[in-house]
Amino acid sequence: MDEKEKNTGIKLEYEIIKDDFSRAGEASSNIKRVLRQLGIDSSVIRKTAIATYEAEINVVIHSEGGKMVVNIEPDKIEITAKDNGPGIKDIDQAMQKGFSTASQKVRELGFGAGMGLPNMKRSCDEFYIESEFGKGTTVKMIFKL
Amino acid sequence: MLIKDLRDKFGFKVLAGEDVLDREINGLYCCDLLSWVMSHAKDGDAWITVQTHMNIVAIASLLNLACVIVPESIDVDEDTIVKANEEEVPILSTDIDSFKIFTKFYEAGMR
Ligand SMILES: Nc1ncnc2c1ncn2[C@@H]1O[C@H](COP(=O)(O)OP(=O)(O)OP(=O)(O)O)[C@@H](O)[C@H]1O
Ligand SMILES: [Mg+2]
Repeated sequence: MDEKEKNTGIKLEYEIIKDDFSRAGEASSNIKRVLRQLGIDSSVIRKTAIATYEAEINVVIHSEGGKMVVNIEPDKIEITAKDNGPGIKDIDQAMQKGFSTASQKVRELGFGAGMGLPNMKRSCDEFYIESEFGKGTTVKMIFKL
Repeated sequence: MLIKDLRDKFGFKVLAGEDVLDREINGLYCCDLLSWVMSHAKDGDAWITVQTHMNIVAIASLLNLACVIVPESIDVDEDTIVKANEEEVPILSTDIDSFKIFTKFYEAGMR
């Protein structure tokens, strides 16, 4: 990475499609690849891998679809997952370990432990979640470098 | 222990990742709840799971797991095998159950 790139930062953007299980995880895998190429510390890569995966899967399973945006700056990585609804009714409840509204079908595939949001929060340095029921959800996570 | 020991010493069948079997296995982990795996599996673990859809490849790759072990000869989706070869995630299959897999690792000296 040359000085210019360093100063302006790098932005990655991924479309995430509803119910597309076969591609779920692809955005996260791509992000990991880029971070590795940039020589980011492996413990940070691991944390971002966990967080991006959980965010991506939630958009696939629980939402109408959305996107994930990654901003890599000299001192931090900022990851935002934003979807087009339906939003979360009770965020405090959704954040509890073990709470899940996943369908039986999805649970049979191993999703729905109710650990995704807690995993995201635990993995990053700053965690923000905003949701408007009927509209959509935005999760923002910051990882310090 | 190396991944290829699972084939050579335990007789497990290699379904994917033939070219990367020289990697080291550091531990053994068993769980089918994916986000639980996401927060508890460690770098270099061999992961036993009955889940066989494509997502297990993404998880194994994101967490740098050594390999996936499918117990009790459960069928693995062809898509999963293709993806695993692409991502260089070894998948091995055996007819024995998770308990017996753990026993084999223990007997082979893994603690
Ligand atoms: N993007 C989203 N849109 C709508 N609802 C969401 C979204 N993300 C999470 N939720 C709600 O919050 C709950 C908890 O999410 P969390 O990721 O912790 O668990 P889960 O996805 O149900 O299971 P797991 O992540 O363990 O596979 C979900 O079951 C769902 O009801
Ligand atoms: Mg989730």
